[in-house]
Amino acid sequence: MSHDPRIISRRLFVELGASTLAAASASSLLGCAGPALEKPTTAAVRPSADAARVTYFSRFGVGEAMIREALGTALSRGGDYADIFFQHRVSNSLQLEDGEVNRAYTQVQLGVGVRVVKGDQTGYGFTEELTAVALRRAAETAAAVADGPARAAPQSFRADVELPQRYPLKVPWDAVRPEQKLPILTGLNAAALKLDPRIKKVTVSFGDEATAILIVDSNGRMIEDLQPMTTLYASCVAEQNGRREQNGYNVAGRSGIDFYTPERVERVVREAVSRTTVLFDAVEAPAGEMPVVLAAGSSGILLHEAIGHGMEADFNRKNISIYADKIGKPIARPFVNIVDDAEYQSARGAINIDDEGNPAGVTRLVEKGVLTTYLHDSISAKHYRVKPTGNGRRESYQHPPLPRMRSTYMLPGPHKRDEIIASVKKGIFCNNFSNGEVAIGSGDFTFYVKNGFLIEDGKLTRPIKDVNIIGNGPKVLEQVDMVADDLVIDEGGWTCGKDGQGVPVSQGLPTVRVAAITVGGRAKKS
Amino acid sequence: MAGENILETAKQAIKIARDKGAAEVAAAATRQREVAVVWREGKLEKITEATTRRLDLRLYVDGRYAAMATSDLRPEALGSFLENAIALTRTLSPDPFRSLPDPALYQGQAAADLQIEDPRYSAVTAVERRQKAQALEEAARAVKGSEAILSVTTGFSDTAAEVHRVHSNGFEGSRRTTNFSVYAETTVKDADGRRPEDYAEGSARFYADLPDVAVVGRGATERALGCVGAKKIASAVMPVVVDNRIADNLLHRLELALYGSALQQKRSFLDGKLGQPIGSAKLTVDDDPLLPRGLGSRLWDSEGIAAKRRPIFEGGVLQSYFIDTYYGKKLKATPTSANSTNYVWKLGDRDQAALIADLKQGVLITRFLGGNSNSTTGDFSFGIRGFAIRRGKLAEPIAEMNISGNHLDLWKRLSAVGNDPYPHSSSRTPTLVFDGLQLAGT
Repeated sequence: MSHDPRIISRRLFVELGASTLAAASASSLLGCAGPALEKPTTAAVRPSADAARVTYFSRFGVGEAMIREALGTALSRGGDYADIFFQHRVSNSLQLEDGEVNRAYTQVQLGVGVRVVKGDQTGYGFTEELTAVALRRAAETAAAVADGPARAAPQSFRADVELPQRYPLKVPWDAVRPEQKLPILTGLNAAALKLDPRIKKVTVSFGDEATAILIVDSNGRMIEDLQPMTTLYASCVAEQNGRREQNGYNVAGRSGIDFYTPERVERVVREAVSRTTVLFDAVEAPAGEMPVVLAAGSSGILLHEAIGHGMEADFNRKNISIYADKIGKPIARPFVNIVDDAEYQSARGAINIDDEGNPAGVTRLVEKGVLTTYLHDSISAKHYRVKPTGNGRRESYQHPPLPRMRSTYMLPGPHKRDEIIASVKKGIFCNNFSNGEVAIGSGDFTFYVKNGFLIEDGKLTRPIKDVNIIGNGPKVLEQVDMVADDLVIDEGGWTCGKDGQGVPVSQGLPTVRVAAITVGGRAKKS
Repeated sequence: MAGENILETAKQAIKIARDKGAAEVAAAATRQREVAVVWREGKLEKITEATTRRLDLRLYVDGRYAAMATSDLRPEALGSFLENAIALTRTLSPDPFRSLPDPALYQGQAAADLQIEDPRYSAVTAVERRQKAQALEEAARAVKGSEAILSVTTGFSDTAAEVHRVHSNGFEGSRRTTNFSVYAETTVKDADGRRPEDYAEGSARFYADLPDVAVVGRGATERALGCVGAKKIASAVMPVVVDNRIADNLLHRLELALYGSALQQKRSFLDGKLGQPIGSAKLTVDDDPLLPRGLGSRLWDSEGIAAKRRPIFEGGVLQSYFIDTYYGKKLKATPTSANSTNYVWKLGDRDQAALIADLKQGVLITRFLGGNSNSTTGDFSFGIRGFAIRRGKLAEPIAEMNISGNHLDLWKRLSAVGNDPYPHSSSRTPTLVFDGLQLAGT
């Protein structure tokens, strides 16, 4: 059991997956091949309400009367609100090991969840059987959270929400043949082996996913979205003088096959190889408090852990976040601005709409150093009497939504990268991470550094590896005393875990200096 | 769905797959009922209930391999799903190492009643579930010092699962299991706006084996109050005591280097170390799939291979890896089992307090926070919190600190093992004491 929200990179997910895959018949990966259902055409189709009703329901093989009845059952014990979340997700993964693409994993998830909300209380039931009987049973389960006179369900539904197009695809994934994907894996393998003779093993994992969701609620709203995803991960093992090192690189986005330009694939090769071979030169990282410079890009993991989770409104509503009474208060220097952004085009964390059907835009967590707003779902927004911020997300139909991050990053600041590095006499520079975690109440958080460098007299000197960094959220934000103008949104495949639900997220950061934080290395601080 | 025979679904899937061209097939059909109640501030916070089902398939087609999972079990969907899956498999490279297990390994299942299904499962009522959750909160709030409490969240959850596994080369097995768990989490006030939290939990195969909710509720609040005023202390090398509840974190990181996939892919610091000392003489651990009422118990593994107890470490010496059929063939080794089940430790004869009393100074780790471990090199680094130990007693709480080291060194520093295996996890770790680990603080 764990209540500590955490984030893992695609890499760690793959590593953990490798060991647990066979175990849990329940955790097999990804997949291809659609069942006998209507195929999505393109993400851009937005039919009229009447036409939509037909399209929407037929995708899941259900009818309007069945949904009306289920919502009636859901509200039969006096819930304030009810929604029904249909989902069809087809995931595919191809994997290369020892030079061959010799395994594929395919998963189809089809199901529906019924939620009833009464004040802050949630009832939830779900089923994989899309029949009137099973849907009614799920609705009865969810209804049990309330205990009062029945409320009326809507008699008709409208599909009048015009969704933005943040991840349009030229070719949907179900129209891409395996033969188009295979050369990406084999090409990557050959290029990595060729780049450095010390590379002895390469594994490549290619994933694509097509998800269709349909949300119908007791206010009569009906919303549909098609959510693509793709990930590519390369991992290398290198040998030198009898020593072995392993590392990798990964990219992800809500994109199609055209995401894999020669430049991007080449970058995956170059980064996977160089991040591995540099480890042969690594020295022990120091132990203790010191200045830490975070490279532009995936260092956004700092924000995810130090502030992002603590600003999720459910933790604050329950009074268990260190940020519970800090809205409107200064918590960082005036040049610190932090946002959580649903709009960032084709990002892994981008959404057109959240999983409660609420519009999702840019939420400002910190504006000029002052805490501005929490990340809300409908329940917390009602509790705080504010508008939802479009952060209600869920892993699948098996889970009710929770306030979750999307793409979290810091806006550019007034300093220069080189000036920041030059300002540090003794410290470390971190540029590659695998995972992080936070304890919401105490505010303590960690992130694990896979690659970095010592900074000695203002210069990057020897590489370091495998070191955890631990700090306290609000204290560390106070210690952010330099922010450069070089914001990078990381292209990696991050998955955020909370309450047993994983959702795809993105993160970014300009080069930043943290004046003092504890580095968990093994060498004496000099 | 109640009457639906999912064993038949698995058999039917094998028949369809073979009709469509698969040479061999492994199918596992799973159905699971889950109920979870979350309780907070004297009322129900959340209730979730559902029955899920899925079908997992491994397909061996023309010397090629793919694995599939689906929750869409409608016959017409299944047919088209399998047709597409087989076509996909044919686009892959052949893999001479892929096959179903040797049927000889299916033989010899233990003739034991593992007691992993509570016959009373269906008698547990919605009211009982809520009462347990409510009693947990009341116990958590009845602790001295409870005025510092900011929030208590408690929960009761249970699952009843059935899995039916069928292989086209002769294996057929069915397993029914139940699980019950309770937890309480308490958040309390501290200086500087910090709100430390901690939890207590219980987990069991049988409802009647759950721990007393009064003890669990009280434990959560007492642990949270113990964190008040925690500070980091100076970086140092010193003895470290790891609480039995969380010591499994270290063991599971070690386990990652024991898998056949890690060995074959040159990602294991334990490659070539079979029969060699990895830890001190105190490190003796068996993998025991046959432990009665064990949270990881089973008669056959995820490949249908008959489960057997076997030593992993004996007096610190590495005795066995976790090797499945595929990596067994690649490594030219006999498969053992793909995964760990229950760990059974050779216990010491003293409890945690007695082990702490031996130490002039050190720290007790009660929680890990993040961090990671590199299975290729053995390097690890984890965030921690807990207590300083001075003159054999727990002193002030510590937090925002880190430990780091390398597994090949760590386990040789194992100087004592407690008599207190943690019963609410399949790892059943006792309290562990290590000499001289690097702590990072100020």
